[in-house]
Amino acid sequence: MVTPRTASLESIAPAAGREEIVRTIDVVKEYRVGDQVLRALKGVNVTIYRGEYISIMGPSGSGKSTLFNAIGGLDKPTSGKVFIDEVDVAQLDALELAWLRCRKIGYIFQTFNLITVMTALENVALPMIFAGLSEADAREKAKAILERVELGHRIYNKPSQLSGGQQQRVAIARAFANDPAIILADEPTGNLDLNTGKAIIALLKRMNREQGATVISATHDLKMLDVSDRIFWIRDGMVEKIQNRAEVVIDAGEMH
Amino acid sequence: MAELISSGTGRGAVGRQVRLPLRQALAIALRSLKLRLARSVLTFLTITMAMAFLVDVWITNALDPTVRNAILIQRHIPVVVAVRRTREIWLVVLSLLVCMVGISNAMLINVMERFREIGTMKCLGALNSFILKLFLLESLGLGVLGTLAGLLFGLAVAMAVALNHFGAVFWTLAPWGALAGILPACLAIGPAITVLAALYPAWKAACMEPVAAMRVEV
Repeated sequence: MVTPRTASLESIAPAAGREEIVRTIDVVKEYRVGDQVLRALKGVNVTIYRGEYISIMGPSGSGKSTLFNAIGGLDKPTSGKVFIDEVDVAQLDALELAWLRCRKIGYIFQTFNLITVMTALENVALPMIFAGLSEADAREKAKAILERVELGHRIYNKPSQLSGGQQQRVAIARAFANDPAIILADEPTGNLDLNTGKAIIALLKRMNREQGATVISATHDLKMLDVSDRIFWIRDGMVEKIQNRAEVVIDAGEMH
Repeated sequence: MAELISSGTGRGAVGRQVRLPLRQALAIALRSLKLRLARSVLTFLTITMAMAFLVDVWITNALDPTVRNAILIQRHIPVVVAVRRTREIWLVVLSLLVCMVGISNAMLINVMERFREIGTMKCLGALNSFILKLFLLESLGLGVLGTLAGLLFGLAVAMAVALNHFGAVFWTLAPWGALAGILPACLAIGPAITVLAALYPAWKAACMEPVAAMRVEV
């Protein structure tokens, strides 16, 4: 049992960045397809630490997205537990889940998912308004974040007036709106060309370093390997292996 | 110690989402109506026509026997009790129902199209009640506008027909008090049926899971 005192000491001086932010315990997810039961996850145990940049890799149908959604509090596992910042997600009611999604987690999507009828500024301000900020404060803060993702000059543009890369930048700014502890990025480069994808990865890495937010990304994109602290390889509903960056770089070297 | 843990300032604490920004919902609803202008106009016209029909039939049914009898009495001709035009009432009710089905379908398509937007808003921290408000406000907006237009149109038609039928004597014989009561009633009925028609689609939207935002295929 940890007393609040030591808990707060930990958050001031984490033991070499080893403070847990996400932990899954024996996560199993089953889907019913007709009278068959499909096991998408067969007992996954992973721990993610604060400030890490994690890539979840694996072929389609491997359970990668299922694991990703479970970590993000978007999907309840059939059995097992998911802890986000020491909170068991399964125990939360609808209002607490909404609070968690609003303040603790920032979401980035493959399809950008900006609200089409709102400007870049309004898109970034929206989660802050959901969090209770006044409209004026939200707009001011949104403007500052948009400047940090180098879109200070396009804040009044609607998504349809922005390129794919610019839209994803707005989405990244929006994900960071409430200073979340975790950023969940679902194939963030999936709809972008090579160079734009590279720029988006660099931006995510920079925000990860500057904000100290944990970035968890489900991806096919091998460009991600370069910036990831650790890579979870998922196959057949299980964690096949967990590698840190150095190992991956050596592997890639051997392939050439 | 337990108190400190539940006070919710340290890590591991989760609060409850309470914010209900109505103004944001209103702004998004209005712009969504503008974005789907063709469909919005069509829905608006449906409400307008249904309400115009209601107003016209209601006023004519109130006006016709009254004015006719007044004219007959003026000319010392015995009054025959007028037959209520039930067929028209059937038609009005039917038209209102068709209007409701139309609104309901348009809103359902709306909700299905916007699954990603709804899921995203939920990921950003929107509560079910916010999504519900979004779609009900959209519908209410169309309902109020359509009803106002329908009221004016129906009133104009009913008056023109009555004037043409009875001549100028109509102005002095018409039961203005009774007529004045019909307009506020219609003003309530129009928005009420539009909101009623939107309840199911809006509820469906509100219950959508945030994971819908991740879906790639349409």
